[in-house]
Amino acid sequence: MRSYAIVGNGVAAVGCIEGIRSVDADGPITIISEETHETYCRPLISYLLEGKTDTERMRYRDADFFDRMGCTVLYGSRAARIASDGTAVVLESGETVHCDALCIATGSSPFVPRFEGIETVPKRFSFMTLDDALALDGALEASSRVLIVGAGLIGLKCAEGICGRVASVTVCDLADRVLSSILDAECAMLMQRNLEQNGIRFMLGDSVSRFEGSRAVMLHGDSVDFDLVVLAVGVRANTGLIADIGGEVGRGIVVDDRMQTSIPGIYAAGDCTEGNDISLGQRRVIAILPNAYLQGHAAGVNMAGGDEVFDKAIPMNSIGFFGLHAMTAGTYTGEVYEEVNGTSVKRLFWENNLLKGFILIGSNERAGIYTSLIRERTPLSSIDFELLKTSATTTAFPREQRRKKFGGVV
Amino acid sequence: MRRVFVNEEWCLACHLCEYNCAFANSGMDDMVLALKGKPIFPRIHVEGDERISYAVSCRHCTDPICVKSCIAGALSKDGDVIRVDRNVCVGCLTCVLVCPYGALAPGPDGVMQKCELCLENSCGEPACVKGCPNRAIVYEERGERA
Repeated sequence: MRSYAIVGNGVAAVGCIEGIRSVDADGPITIISEETHETYCRPLISYLLEGKTDTERMRYRDADFFDRMGCTVLYGSRAARIASDGTAVVLESGETVHCDALCIATGSSPFVPRFEGIETVPKRFSFMTLDDALALDGALEASSRVLIVGAGLIGLKCAEGICGRVASVTVCDLADRVLSSILDAECAMLMQRNLEQNGIRFMLGDSVSRFEGSRAVMLHGDSVDFDLVVLAVGVRANTGLIADIGGEVGRGIVVDDRMQTSIPGIYAAGDCTEGNDISLGQRRVIAILPNAYLQGHAAGVNMAGGDEVFDKAIPMNSIGFFGLHAMTAGTYTGEVYEEVNGTSVKRLFWENNLLKGFILIGSNERAGIYTSLIRERTPLSSIDFELLKTSATTTAFPREQRRKKFGGVV
Repeated sequence: MRRVFVNEEWCLACHLCEYNCAFANSGMDDMVLALKGKPIFPRIHVEGDERISYAVSCRHCTDPICVKSCIAGALSKDGDVIRVDRNVCVGCLTCVLVCPYGALAPGPDGVMQKCELCLENSCGEPACVKGCPNRAIVYEERGERA
């Protein structure tokens, strides 16, 4: 009987477990989980602070998932190293977990730059894990002035989650706009205005030069007094286990379309990896939940002796603040179609007969039709792209394709 | 498994399916009180142009990308039916971002709702099918993909 080990207990690990069990009903699976919680929906930690969910509803799977799946979970365990052939994981406790197939699903960690004086700040937090959120939750008071360093997805969701509970929220970022990894300047400004209208203050193109206790001195010379600070500057893939045994690592652990690392027999999935982005035609870290699940599932199937390829990865995000949603996908390259209408923006990017990416602010009905064109690499000459530009509709597909979609099992 | 299928040659674009869907899921027993003068949020919608029309609702995919993408674990496959747990959904709309059929849309509260084949509402069978005057929407078993 084949045995399995998974380092990590996030969504990629669950995908991996379900992938393994789709092929192998019995082989024992050991999960090495640094966090002491059952798998939860990490992107929901801001909703927890906002009161829109709770720890019970944040579960990713039901309470007897691990039992039903025949998994042993070692909570509070850290992997110190792995055998170079992937047949053993040595824990920091000294214990060794042996396995026939191994998946690294270690996720990412907050990247904290060396701010001068950071050790003088009495209340400082990261915002990555459920424990981070619970710690922040316990520290927030109605009178709190909060400084968030980082105007990316994590920092802004944190800002939204807490702004109704505290006296003030200020967000600073060295970038000159919010959500700079996914939005252009015009779209970023729309999102920023909406956030400002809901009480969040921004200091963009500026960051902390040094901390002096509960005061941040900014690069441009201003200072900000705060009661607590959240550091959401960025994240880094946890690649150490693979790097330590000489596996190929870039910004993430390099994986192929079957989620195998450069070391035969060792697989990796989720935010710790760097796989092929088909919209870019290059490898990159795509740290989003859908990718984690899909990669994990493919890894699991292949670990169990099946054959699953996941070769449709693209960056894609649906993120809303105070009711205004931004949906983005793919790569912003090539020719552009755009509609700008008050607080609604649509930008479609295409190149070489393929839709490469889009940004939708506000209106987003049936956006998945655009996403599928990117993921499926649908030749634009095979559909009515002129119609699709103005409306995401399956009417733009040839009748025969539509007959398959709506008249058959898909 | 029985699914909802459409035949675009027969669809008259009368939109009755949208009203029947909204009523069946309203929890009310009077269609006028349930729908009159209110915006409706049906789980099926008619698409098309002046030449062709057809109704779109959840395909209950064999390999559902929405379930795999849901950041809240709110979407799940219950047997062959894709369901949403509205108590768990946070309204992030990731499922709208990934559904290749454009079949999903949130309800009036911003939380997702979707076609669950009327199996648990007062209709007990798809209301869109039951009320379609031209049998352009049917509920039947067709060849399952291997």
